[in-house]
Formats: sequence, C-alpha cells, structure tokens
Amino acid sequence: MPAVELHGITKRFPGVVANHDIDIVVQRGHVHAIVGENGAGKSTLMKTLYGMHKPDEGTIVVNGKQVSFSSPADAIAAGIGMVHQHFMLADNLTVLENIVLGSEPTHAGVLDVRTARAKINEISAAYGLDIDPNELVETLGVGARQRVEICKVLYRGARILILDEPTAVLVPQEVDELFANLRELKSEGLTVLFISHKLDEVLAVADEITVIRRGTTVRTVLPKEVTAHQLAELMVGSELPVPELRESTVTDIAELTVEDLTVRSQDGRAVVDDVSFVIHKGEIVGLAGVEGNGQAELVEAIMGLRAAESGRVLLGDRDISRWQTRQRRERGMAYIPEDRQRNGLLLEAPLWENRILGHQTQRPNVRGFWIDGAGAKKDTRRLVAEFDVRTPGVDVEAASLSGGNQQKFIVGREMSGAPSLLIASHPTRGVDVGAQAAIWDHLRNARAAGLAVLLISADLDELIGMSDTLRVILRGRLVGEVDPRTVTPEQLGAAMTGAAAAEEKAS
Amino acid sequence: MRDRLNRLALNIVAALLAALFAGAVTSLILWLRGDSPSFVISQMWHYGTQPSSEVTILNSATVYYLSALAVAIGFRMNLFNIGVDGQYRLAAMLAGAFGGAVALPNGLHQIAIIVVAMLVGASWAGLVAVLKVTRGVSEVISSIMLNFIATGLIAYLMRPTILGHRSGANDITTEPIPKSGQVPGVNLISSAGTKVYGLIFLAIGMGVLFHIVVNHTRFGFDLRATGRSSSAAQTSGVSVKKMIVITLLLSGAMAGLVGMPALLGDSHSYSSITFQTGLGFTGIAIALLGRNNPVGIAFAAVLWAFLDQSAQILDINNIPKEIVQITQGVVVLSVVIAYELVRRAALARQQRRVGRALAAPAPGMEGAPA
Repeated sequence: MPAVELHGITKRFPGVVANHDIDIVVQRGHVHAIVGENGAGKSTLMKTLYGMHKPDEGTIVVNGKQVSFSSPADAIAAGIGMVHQHFMLADNLTVLENIVLGSEPTHAGVLDVRTARAKINEISAAYGLDIDPNELVETLGVGARQRVEICKVLYRGARILILDEPTAVLVPQEVDELFANLRELKSEGLTVLFISHKLDEVLAVADEITVIRRGTTVRTVLPKEVTAHQLAELMVGSELPVPELRESTVTDIAELTVEDLTVRSQDGRAVVDDVSFVIHKGEIVGLAGVEGNGQAELVEAIMGLRAAESGRVLLGDRDISRWQTRQRRERGMAYIPEDRQRNGLLLEAPLWENRILGHQTQRPNVRGFWIDGAGAKKDTRRLVAEFDVRTPGVDVEAASLSGGNQQKFIVGREMSGAPSLLIASHPTRGVDVGAQAAIWDHLRNARAAGLAVLLISADLDELIGMSDTLRVILRGRLVGEVDPRTVTPEQLGAAMTGAAAAEEKAS
Repeated sequence: MRDRLNRLALNIVAALLAALFAGAVTSLILWLRGDSPSFVISQMWHYGTQPSSEVTILNSATVYYLSALAVAIGFRMNLFNIGVDGQYRLAAMLAGAFGGAVALPNGLHQIAIIVVAMLVGASWAGLVAVLKVTRGVSEVISSIMLNFIATGLIAYLMRPTILGHRSGANDITTEPIPKSGQVPGVNLISSAGTKVYGLIFLAIGMGVLFHIVVNHTRFGFDLRATGRSSSAAQTSGVSVKKMIVITLLLSGAMAGLVGMPALLGDSHSYSSITFQTGLGFTGIAIALLGRNNPVGIAFAAVLWAFLDQSAQILDINNIPKEIVQITQGVVVLSVVIAYELVRRAALARQQRRVGRALAAPAPGMEGAPA
C-alpha cells in the first residue's frame, strides 16, 4: 500500500492555476523527489498535502485512507510532517525547548523535561541525527538546525516527511550528511517527500522522481533511467541555458578597488575583516561563501549603505569611501540587491515609479526638481520590452508581477543609465530557467561592453560559470582565489567551509 | 491609469459607505435612547445649513484642514506625528507674543508672525526628529511627551511677569496683536453677518502645495518611497535619516500654521481658553478619513466641522450633543477598515488582470501568488 497517493489535484488562485491534474504515488519507505523549476507549483502542491489549503479538485489518500485536511494539525495527526525551507526555530531557546514547543509533555502542569529529553535522545539515536537537546539553538550551524527541524517533526509522530528545498541553505558537505540522515529514515520505514530543483542531489538520494512543469506532473522516473540533463529538459520542456563565459574581456583598468576594508557589527565583531580586491573593466569577480560570512556586509559597505570602520573604496581612481549611496549611484554604481522585495522594489507602486527608484536624480526620470512622469514611463516601456518583463503595462504595481519578472525588471533598471560597476547579489535566485538565461545574457553583454561586475551567488554552477575571477570569503576574510576554469563545485564547497583553503590557493 | 481610476472610485465608495455605516450606528443608538433618528438628522441638517453655521463650519474646517495636513505629511512617510497638538499651541502662543511685541508695517507684520509660528512648530517637531535619528526614540513616544511639556512650558511663559498680559479678571492672554498684524475676514457668505477667516486661502494654498510637492517633485518621490518601504528607499540612495528630519520639520511647520487663522483673524492674542488642546488629535482622525490626500482631507475636514457645529442644536432638544462623537469615531474606524479592504481587493483584481493578460501569449505562466 502506498504511503501517499495524490489524484487529479487542482488548485486555483485568483488568475492562475497553480496546480492541475497532479497524479503522484509515493511508496512507503521511499525517498520520493518532486522536481521542477521555481514557480512550477511544487510548494503549492506540498502546502496542499500539508493541509495549508484545500485543493479545488482531486483526492488525497494517505495509507490507503482518503483524507481531507483543513489545517496542518489534521496533516500532523495523519502522520505527515513538513520541514520548511526557512527554519522556524527560536534562537534563544534550547534544542529541547524548540522541539517540544507547541506539544509540550507536562507532568502536573509542569514541563516534563526528563520525558522530553529521553524521547529526543531516542529519536536522535535511531535516525543518526546527532543532536544535543541541551544546546542553545543560536549556537548551532545551519546543518544542525535542519536536523533539529527534522527531529521536531519526528517528535510529533510523523511517518511521512516533506522536506521543502532542504539543500538550498547547505554546503555540499552538509548535503551529504543530510542524505545520510534521509537513508536512516528510509531504512526505518519512513517516507520522505523531497522537493528540489538541484538535479544531481535528487539523482543521488531519490528512489523515484516526479517532474512537475507548469503546475502539472509530467512524468515519474527512476533515477537509474535518466541523466541529470534529461531530467532538466523534462523540467524545462526544452533546451537548457548554461552559465558560461566565452573569450575573456578583462582589461587592466581597475574600476573598483577595495583596500583593507573592515566592517564591524554592532557587537564589535569584524564581519568584514581587512578585505582587499580589485575588479577591472570587463571583469566579473565572483564571491563564493556560505551565507552569513560577510558578503552582505561587504556589499553594503561598497554601496555606502553601511559604515566601514577602516579601509578605502575606490571607483576608478576616485576615493568614494565617504560618499553617500546616492552619490555612488549617480557616478555609475548599480546594485541588484539580494532581497528584491525588501530592498529592490516598492511593491505597491506602479512599475514606472519603480523605474525611478535608485535613479531619482537622473534623466529621463526627473527634470531638475520635478519628477518627469512621461519620461519615466517611456523609458519603462523600453525596459519592459528590452528585458522581456511580462506585464500588461507600466502602470501595473510591482507586486502583481511574478518573481522572475520582478527580477528581470530590477536587472533592466540597474543596467539603465550606462553603469560602470554592477554589484549583483544572487541575480538569478528564485527565477525560472528562461529568466535565468536572459539575465546571464545581459551580464555577458554588459561585461563585453566593459562593465565591472561583483557577482555573489549561492548557486555554485552559476558562480563558476559566470566568473572571470573567483574569490572565497570565510568569516569575513578573503581566504583564497580559485580558478573558475578548473575548479569543481565540490572543491569550491570545500574552500567555502575552510576545509581546503590552503590547497586551493592559486596566486 | 484604469487601475488608478478604479481605485479612486472604490475609495470614494468606501468612504461614503463608512459614512452611511456611521450614520446607521448613530441612528441605532438614538433609537435605543428613544429618540427619533430622522428628527435628529433633520434638526442637525436644518441648523447646520444656516448661513451663520456655515461660516463657523468653514472656519473650523480651515483649522482642521491645516492640522490634518500636518499629520498627513508624516503619514505619507510612515511617521506618526502625534505632537501636532503641542507644536500648534506653542507656535500660536509664541507667535502671538511676538506679534503683540513688534511694530511692523501691515503685510510684513502678518508674514513675520506666520513665519515665527512655522519656525516654532518646526523646532518643536525638530526635537522629535533629533531624538529619533540620533537615539532611535520612537516619534510616537517623544511627540506625545512633548505635548505635555509644551503645556507646561506655555503655562510658565504665560505668567504676567514673562509674556502674559492680564486682559480681564481671570483671563491671561498674550499682548494683543495690533491692527497691522491682523488678517481681516472675508465675506464669503453674505447673509451670515459673520466673516470667514481670511487665512482660509492660506489653507487652500497649503493643500495645493502639499499635492505638488508630494506627487510631482523629487523630494516627494523620496518621501513616498520611504513611506512605502524604507529599506528599498535606503538601498536606492535615499538618506532615510535626513528624510525623517526634513519631514518632521515640515510637519511641525505646518502644525505651526494651525493656530494662525484664529490668532490673526479673530482672537488677536493667545489664551489657553481659545487655543484648546485636541486639535492635533482631530487632525489625525481627519487625515485618516481623507486618506492623507489633500482633496480627501478637505472633504473630511468639512464633514467633521459640520458634525461639530450642527450638533450644537441637540442640547436644546434634550439630546446629548456628544452623540456626534460616536458618529465621528465610528466613521474613522470603519473608513480605515474600508480603505484596507479596497486596497486588498484592488490588488487582487489587478493580479487577476495581469494573470489574464499574460495567459494568452505565455500559457501556464509561472506560479502561485505567495
């Protein structure tokens, strides 16, 4: 008897059909991967299975019994647990407290720590999770936090686990550990639904793979039957874009020079520690590092959004260390921020007003003191056409566009006004393959035209493929430089965690 | 464009529905008390549309309008200036004392008084700004505290040995402003016998200025951008701290104008009896009702003033005139809810429209709205 059967699931949202005619059968004791592009409808489907919303059509069968969930509580009662992509843990509580939160065992009204600890240790040992219930969550690394999340779900009696993009936040070594855990779970008869768009990982860990494209199931395949490339083409439905640079366009004219830059956090820790590097015209410098190792602070310091404690930043040969962000932007610095909705857009403003954002003092958006609405609208139409932003018009609010189109819009905006330096933080995060290919194309063209680019990405293939020079940042320090032409993602991952920094040092 | 017109129409409908709802709640309460709602409404309408009432309504609406504009400047940037009340009273008092103390030619005298009032209002609000950008103190807390400090400061300064002037047995005012510093009323409603504040035109001018600055200038763009998302504005190169300071200074300067129509057009001197506390808070309600939009605020100010004035007749009929405060309270609460519903409905509608428009060229466009 299969653990989960989904038949004919259809879910509509206003204006879009997120899922239609989904059919999936998940065998008990399997790791079943669901793959698809961003926006293909994987998360919507998993939310349906976890009871976060009801499907408009179709049936869900769990362990042979047809079910209808009206809330996650119902799903949990049926033995389904979900580990979200973004961890939901309270930093200032211990592992034990986080795990029992919401289903505390009590003894005469008092939290029964002893029972809880015994149960957690039992789970941890049974599945090789290796967690210590007494540790504070804030002291844990990303991999350990994820294991706490998994333990939390198991503690509530889940026999079917949904893992939503579990590897997105992990470095390769942590991914291997996670997969070892998943095999333990499997051998104990648990079922895992594994959502991902990283195909190598899926092929390594899954027993069966279901591909979702444009909201519906395309095919279910066995990993030994397919290659990563075939799987990708099933996902996209066509040929795949590849991140790569052709001939070098690197010049010897320095566009951005960072000298001995140090940035301290509020508690006095050096989050960017004595960093120096140069980006030349026509060069893309990739910055590799596990998230939270100072990339964000470095970028903010270069853009003038965060004060540096010491060191200099030069644009061309001008010292801009003391300049305001606006002045830096006026002199040709462009910035694709990591969090587009928080830092890149005014969600409730029309697109043409978003075109003005970041270029408030520049033509064609303004004429002296006045906002030039007509000029901004005209240029927004150009941008929408040139960068293939799918929108019915420029009066539409940014919030109405899909994530990929928002990102294409931001890329187009930042490329407007002939910038000389672009800082691109995760430029293709969360966008579909088509938009990703378009963004890479724009980066390549701008590079050929002499743009200097600082590229930050969690996608190691993108970093390796799109960089002329690749540097590794660890705990705020640049610890090495690797050659993007020869390095493999595994080697880069090792360098990012500090394991092999010494060997990888090239220059 | 179509979206914006749609949204405007929806907002007007929302405001009218909120007003009707408030009327219904008030009627229900009247009915529960055993009064006839239709009698009360017809009484209020009859009294409120008398020429003399109309003059009073326009005069209070002028003052309310300025107060609401002062609040709205902050609101457009997500700043909550609760201190309009203290800023306006301190400004009126010091400007009154200044006007009574100096001798200047007609024309210049009025302008000087108004400038002093704006400077005082701006400085008092500037304290709030300094506390916020240097120490991170919430403007809500500091501005409300400064209201109390303003009350104390005024009481101290109004002692006869300092700036006070004993004009009657119990009444202490500032030195009266001579003729050269007064602004005569205008005869807008000829049969009334009383005149409308001459500074009503200043209020209208300020509304126009507000619209132009907020919607058509670079500064206004930065202001609105900061209000919509201060993180995005910061990233785009707006200095949010600088914007906080400028906005609070402008809000305070506008608050300084609130006392001017009455000071220069009617009382000619400051006393704590004519310039009562609460105007700044009324401004908050009216700014909310008018959606921080200069035209919307104008209608809201007139409605508010009409309710205030027409309720005066109710005591004669043994009905507590405080009943209109229920109307005013309900209308603000329900309009805030209605505007939020409209906002969500309009966004959902637009998303559907975008979905439809894109469904044709690109079938099965990506994903669900989050």
